[in-house]
Amino acid sequence: MDYFLELFLGGLTRGSIYALIALGYTMVYGIIELINFAHGEIYMIGAFTALIVISVLTLMGMNTVAILVIAGVIAVIYSSAYGYTVEKIAYKPLRNAPRLSALISAIGMSLFLQNYVLLAQTSDFLPFPNLVPDFEFMEPWAHIIGSTEIVILTTTAVVMVLLTLLIKFTNIGKAMRAASQDKTMAMLVGINVNRVISVTFVVGSATAAIGGVLIASHVGMINFYIGFIAGIKAFVAAVLGGIGSIPGAVLGSFVLGWTESFATGYVSSDYEDVFAFLFLVLILIFRPAGILGRTEKNKV
Amino acid sequence: MESVLKVHNLGMNFGGLRALDSVDLDVGKHEIVALIGPNGAGKTTFFNCVTGIYPPTEGDVLISVRGKGELKRINGMKPNKVTEKGLARTFQNIRLFSNMTVLENVMIGRHCRMHAGILGAVFRGRSTVREEQSAVQESYAILEKMGLAPFVNDFAKNLPYGAQRRLEIARAMATEPFLLLLDEPAAGMNPYETRELDELIQRIRHEEEISILLIEHDMKLVMSLSDRIFVVDYGRKIAQGTPAQIRDNPDVIKAYLGEERDA
Amino acid sequence: MFAFDRIKKALLVSVWFMFLTFPILVIRINPVERTVEWRWINMLLIGVGSFFLSFVWHYFIRRREAGVRRAETGEGPEGGTPARRILKNKKIYRPALAVAGIFALVFPFLFSLYQTNIMISALIYVMLGLGLNIVVGLAGLLDLGYVAFYAVGAYAYALLNYHFGLTFWMALPIGAGLGAVFGILLGFPVLRLRGDYLAIVTLGFGEIIRIILENWNEFSFGPSGISNIPRPSLFGIDLSVHDATIYIYYVMIGLCLLTIFVVNRLQDSRIGRAWIALREDEIACQAMGIDKAKTKLTAFALGATWAGMSGVVFAAKTTFVNPASFTIWESIIILCIVVLGGMGSIVGVIAGALVLILMPEYLRAFSEYRMLAFGVVLVVMMVFRPGGLIPNVRRIYTFTDAAESGKGD
Repeated sequence: MDYFLELFLGGLTRGSIYALIALGYTMVYGIIELINFAHGEIYMIGAFTALIVISVLTLMGMNTVAILVIAGVIAVIYSSAYGYTVEKIAYKPLRNAPRLSALISAIGMSLFLQNYVLLAQTSDFLPFPNLVPDFEFMEPWAHIIGSTEIVILTTTAVVMVLLTLLIKFTNIGKAMRAASQDKTMAMLVGINVNRVISVTFVVGSATAAIGGVLIASHVGMINFYIGFIAGIKAFVAAVLGGIGSIPGAVLGSFVLGWTESFATGYVSSDYEDVFAFLFLVLILIFRPAGILGRTEKNKV
Repeated sequence: MESVLKVHNLGMNFGGLRALDSVDLDVGKHEIVALIGPNGAGKTTFFNCVTGIYPPTEGDVLISVRGKGELKRINGMKPNKVTEKGLARTFQNIRLFSNMTVLENVMIGRHCRMHAGILGAVFRGRSTVREEQSAVQESYAILEKMGLAPFVNDFAKNLPYGAQRRLEIARAMATEPFLLLLDEPAAGMNPYETRELDELIQRIRHEEEISILLIEHDMKLVMSLSDRIFVVDYGRKIAQGTPAQIRDNPDVIKAYLGEERDA
Repeated sequence: MFAFDRIKKALLVSVWFMFLTFPILVIRINPVERTVEWRWINMLLIGVGSFFLSFVWHYFIRRREAGVRRAETGEGPEGGTPARRILKNKKIYRPALAVAGIFALVFPFLFSLYQTNIMISALIYVMLGLGLNIVVGLAGLLDLGYVAFYAVGAYAYALLNYHFGLTFWMALPIGAGLGAVFGILLGFPVLRLRGDYLAIVTLGFGEIIRIILENWNEFSFGPSGISNIPRPSLFGIDLSVHDATIYIYYVMIGLCLLTIFVVNRLQDSRIGRAWIALREDEIACQAMGIDKAKTKLTAFALGATWAGMSGVVFAAKTTFVNPASFTIWESIIILCIVVLGGMGSIVGVIAGALVLILMPEYLRAFSEYRMLAFGVVLVVMMVFRPGGLIPNVRRIYTFTDAAESGKGD
C-alpha cells in the first residue's frame, strides 16, 4: 500500500511539473494555433538561469531559502523575457504564413536555444543544489513523499489558483479568452491582440520557469537537453487534456504523470518515454480533441 | 421524369444543433434546381451531406449511377467516391489550388477519370503518355468553353475574382459529372458577370447535358435559371415549386422578409 | 539617411539582448571547480552584434512586407529567383551540368579517401532529402520521424547479414521494400491528423523506434549496435577498404541519379499533382475525386523507400549501426535540407544537402556551431524565404492551337 501511495504521489508530482509546462503550450495554441516547440527550452533556460543565480549567490555567501526564492524570481523574469523575444522573432512574422512554416520556425528556435545553452555553458550534467529544507513535520511520511514534492505540489496549486484568477477576473485575462475564441473579432472590438499574445507567452514562460526551478531542485541535476523531453511530454499532456483548454492541460498532465509513475513502478522503466508517445498517438487517433476539448467540426 | 438525385428525409445534427430536419429534395435529369433560403438555413450543410463530407444523421441520399439507371444510396460515402460516381461541387468560399496553374487545377478534376499509378508515372509507357496528353487537351478544351483559355498558365491565386469562380466550375466539370452542385456561384459578382454566369450555366445544361443543383441568393438569377426551386429555413424545407409558385408563396416571403406588420 | 528613431530602436534592441543573454552567456558555471567565470567580452559582442543585426533584420523584414514575397517563393512563371533564372538558361545550364557530371565521376581519383567518404555522406543526405521532399515538399505532410525509415533500412541490412548472410545487393531492394512497408504502417495512424499533430506524432514514432532499438537487446543488440557489416562486393570479389569506398561512392552516384529520375517523373504525373492538391487544400482535393488516404499513404511509402535504401548504404559505408545514429536530430537535419533547398524542388534539395553537409565538413573549426546554425537557418528561411534557395517552379504548358498541345519548358 505504501508503494502504491508513493507512486501515486510521485505521479502527482510529475503531473504538477508537466502541468506547469503544459499550460504554456495550451495557452499559446489556444490563441495562435501554434505548437511552440521552443517552449521546453524556455523551461530549461529557467532552470539554468536559476542555477547560475544560485551559484553566484552561494559564492557570495547567502543563506539557502532566500537564494531559492531570489533564483526563482530571476528565473521567471528571464524565461518570460526569452519567451517574449522568441515570439517576436520567430512567430510574429509568420502569423499569416501557412502553419507548416511557423512549425518549422518553432523547431528551428528549439534547436537554436538548446545549442545556445550548450555552447554557452556545457554539455555535462550540472548539479543543482536542493535548497528545500527538510520539513520536520514531514518525518513520518518521509518514505512516501519528501519535502521537495510538497513544495512542488503547493507551488503548483498556488500557480493554478493565480492563473485562474488572472484568466477569470482581470481585463487581460478576458482579452486572452476573447482572442483564443476569435482573434479577428477580438481585434475588431479593440483588443490589442499583439499585446495579448505577448502576455500569453510571458505567462506561459513564467509558469514553465517555475516548473524548471522546482524540478531541478527535485532531481538534482540539469543539462541543456532536459527541455526537449519534458516539452514533448507536456505537449502530450496538453493534447491529452484538450489543447487550448487550461483545465484540460492540468487534467492531461496528471493523467500522464500517474500513468508514467505507475507504469514505471509496476512494469518497466526502460520504456518510460514510450508511454508518453503511445498516449499521444492513441489520443490523436481516437479522440483528437482530448478529454476536455471541443470536437470541432470544420466548416466547409 | 427520371431523377438523378433523390434526397429523402435528410437530417443532420451537430451536437445539440439540428442543422437539417427531414429535408426532401429531388433533381430530375437535365433539370436546373435551386436551393434557396435565408443565411444559416442549412443549404451548404445540405451540400456537405450529399457530397459525403459529413455522413447525415438520418435520411437517405440516392443518386442514379452515372446519371442513368436505378438509384443507389450514397449515404456516408467518402467525398472522393461521390465524385467518382458523378457528383461534382463547387464551394461557397472559393477553394482553388492557389499555387497551381489554372490548367493544373482543371487537370486535377481529370484525376478520377485517369488511371496512371506509380508505375505509369515512373516509366511513362505509351498509355500513360497518351492519357496525360488527352487530359491536357480535355482540360484546355474546358477552359476554352469557360472563357478561361487566356489564363491557362497563370496561378489560380492571381486570377480576377469572376475568373476564379468560373475556374472552380471548370474544375468540377472536368470530373465528368452528371450532376453539378454549385454553392453560391454568383456570390460577389456584378450584374454583368451574373448575366454571363446565367448564360454559362444554361449552356452547361444544354451542351453537356448535366443536371444542376445550385444554392444561390441572387433571386434574379434563381428565377431566370431554375426549373424548380426548394426553399429551406432553419433546416426545414418550407416550400417547393416552380419559380412562379415560389415567388408568391407567403411562407417564403415570411422567411426572407419576416412577418408583415399591421400598420 | 538613418532616422534617429531607428538608431534608438537598435540601441534598445542591443540593451535588451545584453540583458537577455547576461546570465547564460556571461556567467559560466564551472562544475569541477565550483566557481563561476565572468566572460564580459561576450556581453560586448552581443551588444555590438545585436545593434547591427537590428538594422539588418529591419531591412529584410521591410523588404519582405513590401511584397517582394512573390518573387521570393519563385512560384511564378515569370522566372523566379536569380538561381532559377540561371538554371533555366540552357546555355549556362547544360555545360554546367556536364562539368558537374565529369567532376562527380572523377572525384575519387582527384581527392583523398577521406574526402570521398565525406562525399558519400553528402550523397546519402541528398537521397534522404529527395525522399523527404516527396512527403514534406510535395504532399505537405510534416514527417518529423523520417529517420525511422533510415534506421529500418540500416538495421535490415545489419540484421539480415548477421543472421542470414545477406549481401549488400540483396539487402538493397529489401531495404527499399521494408522502408515502403514501414512508411505505410506509420502513415496509417496519422491519416486523419492535421499538420502540427502529424508532426508531433511522427516525431513520436521516430523516437519510439529508436527507443525500441536501444532497449530490445535480443533483437537489435541495444546501444552497442551491430558491427562488422560487410561492404558491398564487386561480383563476389571482396574489395579492400580503399576500393570498396570508391565502389560505394559510385553506387551512391547511381542511386542518386535513380532517385532524381524517379522523383522527377513522380512530380510531373497524375500522382504528383494529386500530392500538391492535397497539400493545397485537402477538402477540395477530396471533392475532386482524389482518395485522400491513398494519396497520403503513397507519399509516405514512396518517401520512405529512399530512406530505407539510404539506410542500407549507410550501414555498408560505416560497417556499424547503433541507435545513436538515428535520433530526432537526423530527421531535423534532413528537414532542414528540404526547407533550405526549396520544398518540392529537386535541384534545391540537392543544393541544400550539399551545402548543409559539406559546409560543416570544410568548416571543421566551427563544427560546434553546426546545430546552432541549423536552428538559425530554419527560422531565417521560414521568415524570409519560405520557398527555399532554389524554389520549385510549376511546369508550363504551351499550346499552339486548341487541337495540338504539349508540354513546354
